[in-house]
Amino acid sequence: MVLENQDNRNLWEKIGDYFSANSIWMKWYCTGCGAIELPPTMTSRFDMERLGMGPMATPRQADVMLITGYLSTKTLRRVIYSYEQMQDPKYIVAFGSCTINGGVYYDSYATINQLDKYIPVDLYIAGCMPRPEAVMNAFADLISMIKKGQANGWRHYQENYEWYKKNQLDSLEEVIIHDEFHE
Amino acid sequence: MTVMNFVYGFIILLAAFIFQTTITGFNRKVTARIQKRYGPRWYQQFLDIFKALRKSSITHGWIFDFGVIMALGGIMATVIFIPVAGFEAFPNMDNVYIISYLLAIGMLGMAMSAAGSGNPWASIGVSRALTNMLAYDIPLMIVIFTLIFAFDTASVSEIAAMQQGMGILGWNAIRMPLGGIVAFIALFGMLGKKPFDSFIAPAEIASGPMVEYGGKHLGFMFILHELMTFIEVSLILNLFFGGGSSILVYAIKYAILYTLVNIISQVMPRYKIDQAVKFFYRVPLVFAIIQGLVVIFLGWGVSVWF
Repeated sequence: MVLENQDNRNLWEKIGDYFSANSIWMKWYCTGCGAIELPPTMTSRFDMERLGMGPMATPRQADVMLITGYLSTKTLRRVIYSYEQMQDPKYIVAFGSCTINGGVYYDSYATINQLDKYIPVDLYIAGCMPRPEAVMNAFADLISMIKKGQANGWRHYQENYEWYKKNQLDSLEEVIIHDEFHE
Repeated sequence: MTVMNFVYGFIILLAAFIFQTTITGFNRKVTARIQKRYGPRWYQQFLDIFKALRKSSITHGWIFDFGVIMALGGIMATVIFIPVAGFEAFPNMDNVYIISYLLAIGMLGMAMSAAGSGNPWASIGVSRALTNMLAYDIPLMIVIFTLIFAFDTASVSEIAAMQQGMGILGWNAIRMPLGGIVAFIALFGMLGKKPFDSFIAPAEIASGPMVEYGGKHLGFMFILHELMTFIEVSLILNLFFGGGSSILVYAIKYAILYTLVNIISQVMPRYKIDQAVKFFYRVPLVFAIIQGLVVIFLGWGVSVWF
């Protein structure tokens, strides 16, 4: 993940990034254990709506996708589908050590080890699992990254699509899902 | 009809959007306080709308795009006929029939667009939304026809003006209490507030008609929703709660009515759609018919305070 430090956005993009930073709708992909950290983050104890964040029902409406823990190769296909359905600008926050290096599942045959080989991750939260304080801290970081124009994962994905596609195919053999909902 | 009428119409449109979006933001804070949270900033709803307009967007075909434009156009056309505290962009055209027919363009445009997306959740949501509309509309229309019969006019601003000058006793909701109850309950259905929000239901049918909207389309839908809320609350306020003698009184009464609906809806569970229809046809419809019979045969409430 390359962070671009020089700021070459025009005024219009800066205004747009101000709105994007202060109103983040999220889609939580809760297949991992991190999903259980999100209810306290959303409700009265930590209250993420203070930051302008809220849950949305579908990937089309969402700005940020939360990958909350380990991904089996089977769910990775669904994550790629969901990510490609989201509208630009879109961000990904990955929870816990499982998405960084596999965590306790590092030698499992069924899970992937490093998430950002397949989709561009803007922000990792370390921990197993990160507590709501860490999650809120990460959201504050994400907001400042968007404000500075540094959360460019979606642009990186467009520019390096072949590289990501090759990694996806190497691990999954095919990204197309065969089930009753996708044919 | 001069150019000034259209300028006034545009002013009403802009003011309605800004006012209702502010009230919505304020009510998000009220909701948060009910749930013991701090809540978002008061202008969060503006940020959400402009953020959505800023994002990229995809199309699911011509019907999908056209439906959004048609719905927004129909709703915008309705807003300029709403009388606000005696101020009308097009005088003598604020008929109940005009408003309800133009409102239907918006509703049907939304239904068409959602069905055009081809998503099954959207179709389920649309069918629920139209069923819900059928459920609240019949009791509400019976009460509105009763008002039209009682006062010999279908003009919203005239009905509002007739209620003023007597304080709270002049309101139709007080003079015709059963009709007032029906209108207040119907307002929940019109606004899609709990317990009648089964067509949105984010956890069950993935927000229903909105399921395939993203980016700019979703931004348009949010603007549409704010304007639609303004129309519906204004209609009930003008017809049953006395409108307002000045803009300030109107705004305060509007904010109180909308906040009250929001507070009550926050402690409600959700009806299934068949339960909602059954409820509307069992309680408010009976109230509406009794109210109609009382007004037609006994004349109570029409001039009873004089």
